[in-house]
Amino acid sequence: MATLSMRPCGDFRTTYRQDTKIFDTRNSRGAMVIFLAALYALVILPQVVPALADAPIIGWFADGYFLSLGIQFCYYGIAALGLNILVGFTGQISLGHAAFFGVGAFSSAWLNTTFGIPVLLCIPLAGGMAAVVGLIFGAPAARIKGLYLAIATLAAQFIIEDLFIRMEWFTGGSSGSLADTVTLFGFAFDNDQRYFLLTLSFAIIMYVLAANLMRSRDGRAFVAVRDHYLSAEVMGINLTKYRVMSFGIAAFYAGIGGALYGHYLMFVSAEAFTILLSIQFLGMIIIGGLGSVMGAMLGTIFMVMLPEFMAGGVSILQNTEWGNQPFIINGLAFFREMAIGAAIILFLIFEPDGLAHRWKLIKAYWKLYPFSH
Amino acid sequence: MSTDSPILDVRDLSLHFGGVRALSNVSFSVKPGELFAIIGPNGAGKTSMMNCISGRYTPTQGQVIFKGQDVTPLPPNKRTEVGMGRTFQNLALFGHMSVLDNIMVGRHHLLKNNFLSGGLYWLGGAQKEELSHRRQVEDIIDFLEISPIRKATAGTLSYGLRKRVELARAVALKPDLILLDEPMAGMNQEEKEDMTRYIVDLNEEWGMTVVMIEHDMGVVMDVSERVMVLDFGQKIAEGLPDEIMSNPYVKKAYLGEDDEEDGGAVNAGPGQEVA
Ligand SMILES: Nc1ncnc2c1ncn2[C@@H]1O[C@H](COP(=O)(O)OP(=O)(O)O)[C@@H](O)[C@H]1O
Ligand SMILES: [Mg+2]
Repeated sequence: MATLSMRPCGDFRTTYRQDTKIFDTRNSRGAMVIFLAALYALVILPQVVPALADAPIIGWFADGYFLSLGIQFCYYGIAALGLNILVGFTGQISLGHAAFFGVGAFSSAWLNTTFGIPVLLCIPLAGGMAAVVGLIFGAPAARIKGLYLAIATLAAQFIIEDLFIRMEWFTGGSSGSLADTVTLFGFAFDNDQRYFLLTLSFAIIMYVLAANLMRSRDGRAFVAVRDHYLSAEVMGINLTKYRVMSFGIAAFYAGIGGALYGHYLMFVSAEAFTILLSIQFLGMIIIGGLGSVMGAMLGTIFMVMLPEFMAGGVSILQNTEWGNQPFIINGLAFFREMAIGAAIILFLIFEPDGLAHRWKLIKAYWKLYPFSH
Repeated sequence: MSTDSPILDVRDLSLHFGGVRALSNVSFSVKPGELFAIIGPNGAGKTSMMNCISGRYTPTQGQVIFKGQDVTPLPPNKRTEVGMGRTFQNLALFGHMSVLDNIMVGRHHLLKNNFLSGGLYWLGGAQKEELSHRRQVEDIIDFLEISPIRKATAGTLSYGLRKRVELARAVALKPDLILLDEPMAGMNQEEKEDMTRYIVDLNEEWGMTVVMIEHDMGVVMDVSERVMVLDFGQKIAEGLPDEIMSNPYVKKAYLGEDDEEDGGAVNAGPGQEVA
C-alpha cells in the first residue's frame, strides 16, 4: 500500500515497520480511528441515554433511515471489496458477483434454520460456502481471460440464479427463505442501531483483513498477476492458483456481505440477486477506484446514495407543474437504472481512477493550501 | 578449468514455431560460478534459448538439465523455486507497483505467509516475516543504488532505472543461476558501466552463475568467461572470448566481413571498436 503520498515534512520513517503501515500518516490513521469510534459512540449513546435521541446530530443516528443506509454501506461495501480484490487487484472480471452474494445470504439462513447454528457463526460459514462456490465457478479463470471469462462468469450468474429457484430444500424456491436475526449471548441485534453496529464491525474486520492482505505476499502476487502475468510466473507465482484463489476470496467477501444482508432483511429471495446487482457491484468498484481498498467503500456509498438522490429529485419534480406526468410518476425505477449506467460511463470517461484517486488529490490540495500551485 | 559438474546443461535443444526453426540442436553447458555470454544477430534465437531455459517455451526436442535435475517439464514458477532467476529483454516490471513491492514480489517463493496469515498480519507472524525480508530487499536496493526511487511507481521510471529495478527483482529471487536478456540494451555509456559492474559483482561477490545475452561486444569480451554464438538458431561457436573474436565464422556471421569498414553489418550495436 506504500504510495507516494503527501507527508508533512519532519515525518520520517525510521523503521521498516513504520514504513509498511496501512495508513501513510499518523494523522490519517488517527482520523479514521476517531471517526469509527465516534460512529459507535453516536449510535450507542441514544440507546443508553434515551433523552439524547432527539439531539441534533445524535438524532440522525437514532433515525432508521440513516441507519439503514449505513447498514447497506457495510454489507454492500464488504461484497464490493471482494469484487475489487478480483477485478481491481487481480485484473480479472466477474459478472456473477451478485450470485455469490446470494449464496451467502441463502447459506447463512439455511445453516441457521436447518442446523440451529448461531447466526453469528453462520455468517462466516456462509462466507466459506460462497467461497467454495466461487472456487468452482472461478475454475475457468485458470484457462481463460478477458471477454471469455466475462461470459463464463455471466453463465455462472444465470446458473446459480436458476439453482436458487430449483434447490427448494436450500432456498425455499420461489417463495424464498426466512433468516433469523443475530443474537449473541441472548443479546439480539434486532433493531437498526444494533444491527448497524454489527455490520460496521464486520466491515471494519473485512477491510482490515484486505488491507493487510494487500501488503503481504499473496496480495502482491495478485497485483503481479494483474500487471504482468508472464513475469509474475518467473517470480515463482503459480498463475492458476492465484487466478482461481482470487475468485474464492472475492466470493468469500460476497458471502459475508450477503449473509449480513439476509439477516438484516430477515427474508431472502432469489429476485434480489440478479445480473443487475452484479453490474451495480462492478459500478461500485469502478466509481470508487479499481485496485483501492477504501475505493470499494467510497464507490458503495456513491452507489447506494445515487437512487436516494434520484428519488429526492423525482419527488421534487412531482411537486412542479409536470408532477402529474406519468413518466415522472412511474419513472422512478427507470431513472434509477439510467442514473447507475450514466454514473459508470461518466466515471470511466472522466475519472477512471475513481473516487479514491480524487480523494487523494483533495487531500494533497489541502495539505498545501493556500499554496496549491 | 575445474571439473565441476555443470549447473546448467542444455542438451540437443530444438524449438520450432511451425516452419520457423528458432533453435536447432543446440547443446551447451555452464559451470557453477561462470559468467557465460550468448551473442548473435537479432532473430538468432537467443531469447528463445532463454525462454526454453526459464520454462516460458517448451522445446520441441531436447532437455534442460539444471543442477543435475531434468527441469524440461517444469513450469516457470517451479524453476524459480529450484534456483533460477531471469530478466526480460522487453521491460516486464509490475508497472503500477512501487519499486519496493516489485522487488518484494521476488521474495514470493521464499515467503511463507499466505492470504490467511497475511490478512491477520500481526497475529500469524506475517509482519515479522515481511519485515525480515524487507531488510534483505533493502540490501539489494543499496547494492543497486536505487534507494531514492524505492517508493516510486515502477511504470513511471526511466528506461535505464527500470532495467535496474528488474535486475533487483531477479536478484531478490536469490537465484543460483541468473539469466539476463540484454541487460544494457538502450542504455547510455554511464548506465552501461554501472550495469556491467553490478553484473560482475553479482557473479563474483554474490556467487551467482550468470548467463547473459548482450550485444555490446566490448562488455562481452571484458567480463565473460566463455561465449556462445548463435546464428539462425544454430550454435556456430563456443569458447573463450579471444577464441570467439578470432573465429573466422564468427567474424563472418556476426561481426561482419573483415573487409567491411564498420564491421557491424548484422549487429548494429555500439562496441564494434573491439572488432
Ligand atoms: N512466440 C513465437 N512465435 C513465433 N515465432 C517466434 C516466437 N518467439 C520467437 N520466434 C522466432 O524465433 C526466432 C528467434 O527469435 P528470438 O529468440 O527472439 O531472437 P533473438 O533474441 O536472438 O533476437 C525469430 O525468427 C522469431 O521470429
Ligand atoms: Mg532477443
